[in-house]
Amino acid sequence: MGALTLTQVTKSFGRTDVIKGVDLHVDDGEFCVFVGPSGCGKSTLLRMIAGLEDVTSGDVAVDGTRINDLAPAKREIAMVFQSYALYPHLTVRDNMGLALKQAGVPKPQIAQATDRAGAMLALDALMERRPAELSGGQRQRVAIGRAIVRTPKLFLFDEPLSNLDAALRVQTRIEIAKLHRDLGATMIYVTHDQVEAMTLADKIVVLRAGRVEQVGRPMDLYNDPDNTFVAGFIGSPQMNFLKSGKLGLSSETLGIRPEHLSLDHGASMEPGRIPGRVSHVEKLGGETLVYVHTEDHGLLTVRLFGEQDYAVDEAVGMRLDPTRVFHFDAEGKRLR
Amino acid sequence: MMSTARHSPLRSLAAHGILLGYTLIALFPVFVIVVNSFKNRRAIFADPLALPSAETFDLVGYKTVLAQGDFLQYFLNSMTVTVASLFFVLLFGAMAAFALSEYRFRGNLLMGLYLALGIMIPIRLGTVAILQLMVASGLVNTLTALILVYTAQGLPLAVFILSEFMRGVSADLKDAGRIDGLSEYRIFFRLVLPLVRPAMATVAVFTMIPIWNDLWFPLILAPSEATKTITLGSQVFIGQFVTNWNAVLAALGLAIVPVLVLYLIFSRQLIRGITAGAVK
Ligand SMILES: Nc1ncnc2c1ncn2[C@@H]1O[C@H](COP(=O)(O)OP(=O)(O)OP(=O)(O)O)[C@@H](O)[C@H]1O
Ligand SMILES: [Mg+2]
Repeated sequence: MGALTLTQVTKSFGRTDVIKGVDLHVDDGEFCVFVGPSGCGKSTLLRMIAGLEDVTSGDVAVDGTRINDLAPAKREIAMVFQSYALYPHLTVRDNMGLALKQAGVPKPQIAQATDRAGAMLALDALMERRPAELSGGQRQRVAIGRAIVRTPKLFLFDEPLSNLDAALRVQTRIEIAKLHRDLGATMIYVTHDQVEAMTLADKIVVLRAGRVEQVGRPMDLYNDPDNTFVAGFIGSPQMNFLKSGKLGLSSETLGIRPEHLSLDHGASMEPGRIPGRVSHVEKLGGETLVYVHTEDHGLLTVRLFGEQDYAVDEAVGMRLDPTRVFHFDAEGKRLR
Repeated sequence: MMSTARHSPLRSLAAHGILLGYTLIALFPVFVIVVNSFKNRRAIFADPLALPSAETFDLVGYKTVLAQGDFLQYFLNSMTVTVASLFFVLLFGAMAAFALSEYRFRGNLLMGLYLALGIMIPIRLGTVAILQLMVASGLVNTLTALILVYTAQGLPLAVFILSEFMRGVSADLKDAGRIDGLSEYRIFFRLVLPLVRPAMATVAVFTMIPIWNDLWFPLILAPSEATKTITLGSQVFIGQFVTNWNAVLAALGLAIVPVLVLYLIFSRQLIRGITAGAVK
């Protein structure tokens, strides 16, 4: 139970329009990820769903019921913040149980719920500690536990992992994915991180400057982007954009992912071969990224499998895989 | 931790020397007052800096002060006025600061400026109007009059300092409280106030001392015997022609004690307030 529908939702702070008409449907039990550049309105949209910001116009509905004017506590949602936002004066147990206490749930039931959440997140031993006595990862688990305890219709996460170190981030990411499977609850998750978005999401919403650019499953966005913005935003390293005119093609821009370019040594001029000079090489063990400077298209990235030997300043040539190219028009729209 | 390793002993010696010197200078008047309050009149003038010896030791000052009868009453008056004003300044100041820092409403900035204006305009400029007001409302010669005036006097600085600090309290924390169903009052009293406690202590000390020391408003608004404060009460020993120095010094010596106690209560928090941000 927790299908979310946004209808023509807008938000203005004074005279600045931050959200400019968003329509979105998230199915019950779906894991939906908001991505987009900094300042595009992801957090604002999430806070409007939570009821922490008023909606300027449009409707927010859960299970078909309009909740625009409902107080946050009455919306049956739970939110996990980037800064954890644990109550410093309460123990882990009380932090997790506060919402139930406020709702008037009897004590034994609260204890049961907090114990269950504690066990789920391996916090059993820490229940009587205060937030100041916990590590960052433990704090984030408490924040997640606080959300679980309420058994909400909707989980909202605002960049919950960005304060954790890399190893912990991977571990917590897996925990969140597992949590989603176990609880089957609807989750909405804001992130900057490509990997989090691609691995967690059932559905990715790409936002730019307060508008939805594209909505779809991760692989749909990757393999079938609607415009240059989505094509460039999803996937890391970024898609290469080439000038179609220089290749004798009729579209404005041609996009190709770094793994779909092939590279060979030498400066020979053949048709279909794009000559260039290596400007930088990154060896990651499993793959090698070669950055090639070209006369016509600027810097292009090539992703090669395994360890490859290319030297900086070496003359090289690239070839496109013609089945893997995307064409875009002058406005950046995809030509299909 | 890194900085301790870098500090040479010479440098820390110099720093301590300077600080000790400053402490001596600052404490010197207090020292003179306390020492002389235990001496007889002649010894005070003969050698003001000497410690009381067997010959010069004399409690006549304290005896006079305590025999003056109402001295305990003066003390209580001062204490009542200071503590009550402090309470209201902190309560209303913190509430106004919370509203200014937390809620977006039309005129928020103007309201903030208006409330801070009092820092620059001395309240004494309005003495005549205040007196008229108190006369009209029948509050002359009551402690209420003083409490009202001191609350008004303390609020601007309190609002100014506290709203700055409250802006620094994590917005996420307040939002988490809202999602968990805490009322705005609970958020204010249980989440925000404890986190700005050091700032509250700072404001408390800066508010308390001028109130305790004030002579102006007690003299104008509440000079009756029953409502005299300690500062005003001590004035009976200062005459136009003769001043009872023993009594004045003893009264001042006694007057230091309550502020000292209040200060010690707040100082732990105060030090944390001053060093806030220095240590994460
Ligand atoms: N209270 C506010 N008053 C005015 N403008 C605001 C307010 N909150 C956010 N904004 C503006 O709204 C825009 C969107 O902010 P938001 O926090 O939603 O971005 P975001 O997508 O979450 O960015 P990030 O990825 O950096 O967290 C920004 O341009 C920001 O300046
Ligand atoms: Mg954000």
